[in-house]
Amino acid sequence: MSSKYSNITFHGFRRENGRVGVRNHVIILPVDDISNAACEAVANNVKGTMAIPHAYGRLQFGEDLEVHFRTIIGTGANPNVAAVVVIGIEPGWTKRIADGIRLTGKPVAEFSIEQKGDFETIRAASWAAKEFVHHATEMQREECSISELWVSTKCGESDTTTGLGSCPTVGNMYDKLLPEGITGFFGETSEITGAEHICQKRAINEEVGNRWYKMWKAYQDDVIFAHQTDDLSDSQPTKGNILGGLTTIEEKALGNLEKIGRTSQFIDILEPAEAPKSGNGLYFMDSSSAAAECVTLMAAGGAVIHTFPTGQGNVVGNPIVPVIKITANPRTIRTMAEHVDVDVSGILRRDMTIDEAGDSLIEMIRRTANGRNTAAEALGHREFSMTKLYRSA
Amino acid sequence: MSNIPHLLVHAHEDNVGVVVVEGLEAGTEMFCCVTHDNSTFTLTAGADVPIGHKIALKDLKVGDTMIKYGEDIGKVVADVAKGGHVHTHNAKTKRW
Repeated sequence: MSSKYSNITFHGFRRENGRVGVRNHVIILPVDDISNAACEAVANNVKGTMAIPHAYGRLQFGEDLEVHFRTIIGTGANPNVAAVVVIGIEPGWTKRIADGIRLTGKPVAEFSIEQKGDFETIRAASWAAKEFVHHATEMQREECSISELWVSTKCGESDTTTGLGSCPTVGNMYDKLLPEGITGFFGETSEITGAEHICQKRAINEEVGNRWYKMWKAYQDDVIFAHQTDDLSDSQPTKGNILGGLTTIEEKALGNLEKIGRTSQFIDILEPAEAPKSGNGLYFMDSSSAAAECVTLMAAGGAVIHTFPTGQGNVVGNPIVPVIKITANPRTIRTMAEHVDVDVSGILRRDMTIDEAGDSLIEMIRRTANGRNTAAEALGHREFSMTKLYRSA
Repeated sequence: MSNIPHLLVHAHEDNVGVVVVEGLEAGTEMFCCVTHDNSTFTLTAGADVPIGHKIALKDLKVGDTMIKYGEDIGKVVADVAKGGHVHTHNAKTKRW
């Protein structure tokens, strides 16, 4: 069925595996925390590259290690990345990560530090990085269908205006673009608490809904009830949420769930940083509600644009994925305008409908896909936060 | 809509609404709108309430359930009069 959204196109970078990116980064990716310095030195040597330092990667094991590998490999594999230099302390895990990214067909070079030292590693990796910059800068954007976009969402520093305005705006976008074949991600497992009965019903069928509920319940039992020292009333909702008028997790969750609109259904659930395997459609990713952690996981899952409703003004960005900020809060627009890409405060004044707000977000997604830098990109927000499931060995 | 609302309410079943203007003062005759169908009503604000915070649409008693989006969003833990400020000082989650 054709709609006015069917013919939307954008100019993106088609990668070796057929996926389409909207940015063309050459990244210098550490396997582990102690390789950050070498990666940053390479990025300093070779202009047009970006190091992505992070805090972990040593002595992790089990599911926590799997999440680490998926996140690092997924970041390198993301279609917004043209080529990757991987640096780790030793060759084993370094090769595992480089080989994981190589499955996409994109150029990858790997280096390990032991028996060479930082100087020799940086020298060799800088040569590879320079070649990758020449390669990436000759790539051309080509016209692509809107259906080729993978768009994630997660809200942050929410308040009551997010549930009234910016979250329904994202929901309206999904209701319009999912039927056109885009792939979507939502998540924030703890933040569905109070709306789980509604979320479960938004699964495409009972089997997916039951699996979703089991995952949600496992987080309540294994993490919250196992570790809580109080009722979480300073953590979830956050102090910022409470300042903005949100009183309980139930209230926050109902606003959060507005991001999947009125008609959208999710077709499957994903582990943290897992790439979708069930085709086009909406996916729920088991993920933290902390902004940088969640955006990092969804980017590793393959999202190329992130839509981020905020009320009180969360300033988060991501190194490889443009984060589009949407707010309906007039005070946030007045005091933090440099962080806002889409102003939907008209919804609160009742001079803008949710339908109009959704269209304005779709237009900003199209412009961002074409290359417009978001506020977070312009301000240099590159928060990359690994999800850690438990203490390292 | 010709008037800019002071207070928005998601659903007709709700017993709390959200202040959507800055600097709302006690005694203001609020123009209120239910977003579900854009129906309107008026209500007097019982307190100075910041933007984004909630106001009781009816008298709420200890043990009552707060309803917003037509759903249960927690319990009332101190009485609030119609028009009063509803937040963490008089309401609480039923979870965790």
